[in-house]
Amino acid sequence: MGFLTYLINGLSLGSVYAIIALGYTMVYGIAKMLNFAHGDVIMIGAYVVFMCMANSGMPAVVSIVISIVCCTALGMIIEKIAYKPLRKATNLAVLITAIGVSYFLQNMALMLFGSNPVSFTSVINWQGISLAGGSLKITGNAIITIITCVVIMIVLMWFVKNTKPGQAMRAVSEDKEAAILMGINVNATISLTFAIGSGLAAIAGALLCSSYPSLTPYTGSMPGIKAFTAAVFGGIGSIPGALIGGLLLGIIEILAKAYISSQLADAIVFAVLIIVLLVKPTGILGKQIKEKV
Amino acid sequence: MLEVKDLIVNYGVIQALKGISFEVNEGEVIALIGANGAGKTTTLQTISGMLQPTSGQVLLEGTDITKVPGHKIVSMGMAHVPEGRRVFPGLTVLENLKMGAYTRSNKKEIGDAFDRVYESFPRLKERQNQLAGTLSGGEQQMLAMGRALMSQPRIILMDEPSMGLSPIYVEEIFNIIQEISKAGTTVLLVEQNAKKALAIADRAYVLETGNIVLSGDAKTLMNDDSIKKAYLGE
Repeated sequence: MGFLTYLINGLSLGSVYAIIALGYTMVYGIAKMLNFAHGDVIMIGAYVVFMCMANSGMPAVVSIVISIVCCTALGMIIEKIAYKPLRKATNLAVLITAIGVSYFLQNMALMLFGSNPVSFTSVINWQGISLAGGSLKITGNAIITIITCVVIMIVLMWFVKNTKPGQAMRAVSEDKEAAILMGINVNATISLTFAIGSGLAAIAGALLCSSYPSLTPYTGSMPGIKAFTAAVFGGIGSIPGALIGGLLLGIIEILAKAYISSQLADAIVFAVLIIVLLVKPTGILGKQIKEKV
Repeated sequence: MLEVKDLIVNYGVIQALKGISFEVNEGEVIALIGANGAGKTTTLQTISGMLQPTSGQVLLEGTDITKVPGHKIVSMGMAHVPEGRRVFPGLTVLENLKMGAYTRSNKKEIGDAFDRVYESFPRLKERQNQLAGTLSGGEQQMLAMGRALMSQPRIILMDEPSMGLSPIYVEEIFNIIQEISKAGTTVLLVEQNAKKALAIADRAYVLETGNIVLSGDAKTLMNDDSIKKAYLGE
């Protein structure tokens, strides 16, 4: 039963990676930039939930909603202040700015919350279920995390395919200038994408810290990098790719920790990524990107 | 219908348009001809708000649209079929056409637009569930034109619609442009294929390195010796 338990834990961690990876992959697909500050938005989101629950005694659901609102606003503000002025700048300038924003958020959190870890109270108040006469226990955290991820994926894929803003997002990701000629407001579409990605980051932050309750200003950094890896793994720009990449990464990480070495787990995760990219440079579901001349 | 006044456009230190003026009257087919780099594409991009001019004015039905951002132009009744077709390659033909009607919300009107486009381009209907990126060049051009027509424009700008197409498709594309014009849409056509363009145009302007050097009735220009020599290869 050990293997099944690990697999479920892997799926749960992978679900968090997938939700974070969505933020990377959608922003990359539409604005063609890597928003390295995305991981730190998760951390801010987790702190907001913590403040609401621990300090103000609000119920978990209300805290998460407040956190989503804060992160959505934060994402849009970051885009407006830091990235929008660079719309015509080189990719490198945007990348460096994103790294700068990431440090800014971490240091802001250090100032506001200090460097001592705080103990996050799980937003999920459910012990979970016991199967096979008690030999297989699935925690409430794992179940809720996996379900949340699946629901988000379904809603998002429906949104992109069937709504007008979703259509605009697809058009902008395919061809920005042609999208303008269709009457699509590209700036508003990019802003919306940041809003959605950052709102999801708030949910990911709450779920992540419910399973791994030690929260510091650096909490978002490593999961952020891993989720970015997951997005590349699945094929950056692709929403189902983020799901597949995230889940695979989570499962590989947990199984490597369980059966090989907990110290080497991260190295193994990245080794798998390198091998996948050597075989299929665009990632599992990635499209061939043609450079336009 | 459309009036361009003293348009100057700079790319950095290079002056792409050096103060051009022309007008397009309702119902006309106007051809803008000239060699590579003459400023034809720049002219169209500036009219449709994709580029900002250094100075000058663009008037659409009397309204100054010089400062109107590109995405607001379509709903004012002007559509632009860009150079190189620029269909959305990862979307189906149907989805591409839907994008063309992005600014419209009346379902019945969109349905009518679909009927009209499918009537003009039966091949698009046959291929409506195919990804646009898998269409041939000629089919992509038809899709780009159909997509622009989905917004039911009163004036349509077309940038090199015949570029890179086989002679059969070139013939078909020019026939369709004539049909679009007959259906009541004003056409501003940029073409390197001057012969074909002059054959279907009412009037034409000749651009040379950012200036309009010649203009007039298309039939007259076709018989002009300098035009014959420079653009018609005679």
